Amino acid sequence: MSLDETTRHHAWRKLKNHALSGFCLVCAILVVMPLGLVLFYLVKDGAGSLDWNFFTHLPQPVGEIGGGMANAIVGTLELLLLASLVGVPIGVLGGVYLSEYGTEGVNWWVRFGADILNGVPSIVWGIVAYSLIVIPMKGFSAYAGGIALGMMMIPLVLRTTEEVMLLVPNGYREAALALGIPHWRMIVRIVMKTARKGIVTGILLAQARIAGETAPLLFTAFGNQFWNHNLHDPVSALPLQIFVYAISPYDDWHRQARAGALVLITMILVINIGVRALTQGKFAKSTG
Amino acid sequence: MTEAVASQPQALDAVRLAPPSRWGDRVFKWLTLTMALAVVMLMILVGWNLYLGSHLAIKKFGLHFLVNSTWDPVREEYGALPFIFGTFVSSLLALIIAVPLSVATAVYLTELAPLRIRQPLVSLIEMLAAVPSVIFGLWGIFVLIPWLRAHIFPWLQKLFGFLPLFQGPIYGVSILAAGIVIAIMILPIITAVSREVLRSVPDLQREAAYALGATRWEVTRIAVLSYARRGLCGAVILGLGRALGETMAVTMVIGNRPEIVASLFAPGYSLASVIANEFTEATTDMYLSALFEIGLVLLGVTIVTNILAQLFLQAMSGSKGARAVQ
Repeated sequence: MSLDETTRHHAWRKLKNHALSGFCLVCAILVVMPLGLVLFYLVKDGAGSLDWNFFTHLPQPVGEIGGGMANAIVGTLELLLLASLVGVPIGVLGGVYLSEYGTEGVNWWVRFGADILNGVPSIVWGIVAYSLIVIPMKGFSAYAGGIALGMMMIPLVLRTTEEVMLLVPNGYREAALALGIPHWRMIVRIVMKTARKGIVTGILLAQARIAGETAPLLFTAFGNQFWNHNLHDPVSALPLQIFVYAISPYDDWHRQARAGALVLITMILVINIGVRALTQGKFAKSTG
Repeated sequence: MTEAVASQPQALDAVRLAPPSRWGDRVFKWLTLTMALAVVMLMILVGWNLYLGSHLAIKKFGLHFLVNSTWDPVREEYGALPFIFGTFVSSLLALIIAVPLSVATAVYLTELAPLRIRQPLVSLIEMLAAVPSVIFGLWGIFVLIPWLRAHIFPWLQKLFGFLPLFQGPIYGVSILAAGIVIAIMILPIITAVSREVLRSVPDLQREAAYALGATRWEVTRIAVLSYARRGLCGAVILGLGRALGETMAVTMVIGNRPEIVASLFAPGYSLASVIANEFTEATTDMYLSALFEIGLVLLGVTIVTNILAQLFLQAMSGSKGARAVQ
């Protein structure tokens, strides 16, 4: 190869280098763009419909303008509470077992189970909760919706709990045991207390994740146009209400769906940004 | 850690004060073990539950259920083929769109981007992952589909109209629209897992290539991407698992028509969306049972893809990619 050719080849390699770096940058921008587009759309077309009535009134019957989603907002909180009652104890204590007691064989099965459960499509959780709770209880209920969401929470909470507890240095455990406190008190008072922030982060992120789930609620919580006074009755939820309104043929309902979506996404992003800001760097690896 | 903890009780025994009560330990250990095993039980319960529910349909239709393309609740004839077709085609389209974008973004994040913009970019992608399915569906109905119908679909038809894939009337709601929405929804997981995989490539690899005088892109291609090939396959399969099970957004944009048509502009139906739409309307036991069986098929394919993805990711030593994303 002559000198000239070498220079030309070199220039070609440099060009290719720049071109492909540029391509990667463009791809990164394209990946983030949908987030901006969705948020822009919801703020532009949804914010105008957010008023006092939206947060305090029940939905209006078809044809009447106005009304709000107060019952759906409260319903979502009810469902989150019920889900946490199922998901948090099982997830946290299961995570404690993995990190503090687990033998290799049991841990493998539990982790495998959690990974499988994590990949189960949300609609399948709806079917499972339907046959486990709705059929025996002979009706749609807040319980069924809460348990469906709670089951989804278990693997999320379990894995983060395990990971943050493994980050606690062994010296803490040894020091505590050397002072003579029982093993279980050492776990609760020393290890879990040290990992508290990470465990709470995991629980909050799991809640943010399930707060937006619609599919598991379609035939468990079912939805309700009125207040839910009894957990044995169907209950409304924000995502469910957004879905029903979005596929309806009425303009006023579409407007409400956008407003509801803006409220829901604000809730979820606030939790996400909040916990990440609070635990900046410390548990970054385990939580996301 | 376990050795250190296990060696402690003997040390305590040697002190010979009042024997410490051990029931607290036993109860707590038993309690946590129960909760941990509950996860395994739940996994079995989910499969068993769907199997029991679909028993009626399995007995009546057998394997024919999977290849029959007629779905007619009125005449009690149930075949899942149109849904399987819709699910796989839309997921495949999603992968075609999402994989190059995600992998290139992961490369950008680990190899090329200036250090100070990496973390903000990762946070934005995490936020995209947090957006609920139903909100993508809403945006799909009111923004994406009108735009596709007015601009992109006619343009595609003009360019590639000679292919059967791009022929026929344009409705807007379609398998292609569903593929695009699913692609947006699986971008974050493929990007995050690919990023973890690329990060686990030893720096020695890169340094060796730089030492040979390679440009930055050549280092990425020769030393990083080829080394991380298996892990990237894992990331893609994990994304496929998510795509197959995606429910709400797909239900809202796919058109919900149980037909098998070559055109990507035609409405279709997916496994998850037929359950979402028809479950509460299922009036007969056989109808309900057929829907349970669709759930069972869906569970089966997602479990297989997930296990496959884990195998690929574990082949990348030390990679915890699958765990990086909730």
